[in-house]
Amino acid sequence: MKPEHDSIIDIRGLSFFRGDRAIFDDVNISIPRGKVTAIMGPSGTGKTTLLKLIGGQLRPERGQILLEGTDIPKLGRRELFEARERMGMLFQSGALFTDMTVFENVAFPLRVHTALPDDMIRDVVLMKLQAVGLRGARDLMPSELSGGMARRVALARAIALDPDIVMYDEPFTGQDPIAMGVLVNLIRRLNQALGHTSIIVSHDIKETLGIADYIYLLSDGRVIAQGSPEELADIDSEQVRQFMQGLPDGPVPFHFKAPDYHQDLLQEH
Amino acid sequence: MLDILQRLGHKALSRLAAIGRAGQLLLQSLVAAPQPLTMLPLVLKQIYFVGVLSLVIIVVSGGFIGMVLGLQGYTILVDYGSEQAVGQMVALSLVRELAPVVAALLFAGRAGSALTAEIGLMKATEQLASLEMIGVDPLRRIIAPRLWAGFICMPILAIIFAVVGIWGGSLVAVDWLGIYEGSFWANMQQSVDFYDDVVNGIIKAVCFGIVVTWIAVFEGYDCIPTSEGISQATTRTVVYSSLAVLGLDFILTALMFGEL
Repeated sequence: MKPEHDSIIDIRGLSFFRGDRAIFDDVNISIPRGKVTAIMGPSGTGKTTLLKLIGGQLRPERGQILLEGTDIPKLGRRELFEARERMGMLFQSGALFTDMTVFENVAFPLRVHTALPDDMIRDVVLMKLQAVGLRGARDLMPSELSGGMARRVALARAIALDPDIVMYDEPFTGQDPIAMGVLVNLIRRLNQALGHTSIIVSHDIKETLGIADYIYLLSDGRVIAQGSPEELADIDSEQVRQFMQGLPDGPVPFHFKAPDYHQDLLQEH
Repeated sequence: MLDILQRLGHKALSRLAAIGRAGQLLLQSLVAAPQPLTMLPLVLKQIYFVGVLSLVIIVVSGGFIGMVLGLQGYTILVDYGSEQAVGQMVALSLVRELAPVVAALLFAGRAGSALTAEIGLMKATEQLASLEMIGVDPLRRIIAPRLWAGFICMPILAIIFAVVGIWGGSLVAVDWLGIYEGSFWANMQQSVDFYDDVVNGIIKAVCFGIVVTWIAVFEGYDCIPTSEGISQATTRTVVYSSLAVLGLDFILTALMFGEL
């Protein structure tokens, strides 16, 4: 069931425990290069933990996390920070630096990692802010931004260094429909325009299915299903259906592609 | 019984682990390859927050403590007809004990709690994690400048405290109670020794500065990143650093003045 395209991240036999509880138990995931890969699953299945493991902020008990062949958990402090320069991460809360303006927030990675002159940094920052539609908000402080705007600024900051991999932690949670639509489009457009690899962790089914090329479904520390959105719809598994239907995703019921309800009920196994 | 022992052991172990983590934090943020050029502006900014903004409370408290010392000293010493010794009393008690200790307690309340809350909030809002993901070590970017700022500011604040206190003492004793100015200052000059008193007082202030800042920064960095966790960490900063200052003061005093 492995995807055929060449992968930028290969997770092999990953196990991670919190206390006695296994968050991941022998998980294998490979992230295809240049595509949008979604990691989905109910809350509490360690989706965010997975991103932290990839970013080297946590270390697994067992298993390998290979970034183009380098095992991330085995890296020393300095090499780890070097590897992180190739990754951008969009945190759930945005995590903007509250003591800097929007402009300085986006400029921050450039200032610490490059020796670019100030006017060039200015150009790059304005280009990134233009991409997320917030060039006009450059002088605002993070406290003056709405939640959706803050997340877009954080996105601009995450792509400031043109990373190879951009990780999105629950990008759609708590967004109004307009901001949500903007973000969905942005993630897709940026992925195409900049050619980086995107990893989205989310439980917002509809939005995620709309932009993902490949999906991993996690539950109870295991991958219970994987495939393209179309393939996933065809998987006939009790667990997968239960996740799709049992999700508290607001009052509007979302129907993942499934056979007709009545037929499904009457269907014999 | 076994249960109690178990819990005690568990508590002791987690305390020990916390001390270990605190040591690790100090080592990793201070020892690992300092970069003076990027560090200097960050340290200066923190000196402003930690030191300059603490000036008001230090100057006002120092003034009042000096005035109280002058008044109390006078009422006691006047019975023995030796009220000229007020200057000596005010200066010695300030320089040796009160300036470093009280300044450190105020510093823990004013700057230490602010450091803990700030770092804790940075942790709760994932700012520290996002620094890490940008490829910047938060220990060097956030923790180290605050540690240095605290180390630098605390002794200076203690010196300011002592100076203002002595001035407050003279205000009460000389200008209000009418002790002869010459004997007030001459007595002080004669009895206060630069090495035994002033330098020892500054050594104390340096030690307290290191301990208070270290506790404050560690509690913030190690806190549980929720609003409750931050409030507990802030409380712990003030309680632990106050206790540490007072306990350490006894030890230092015994070492410095014990043989007298």
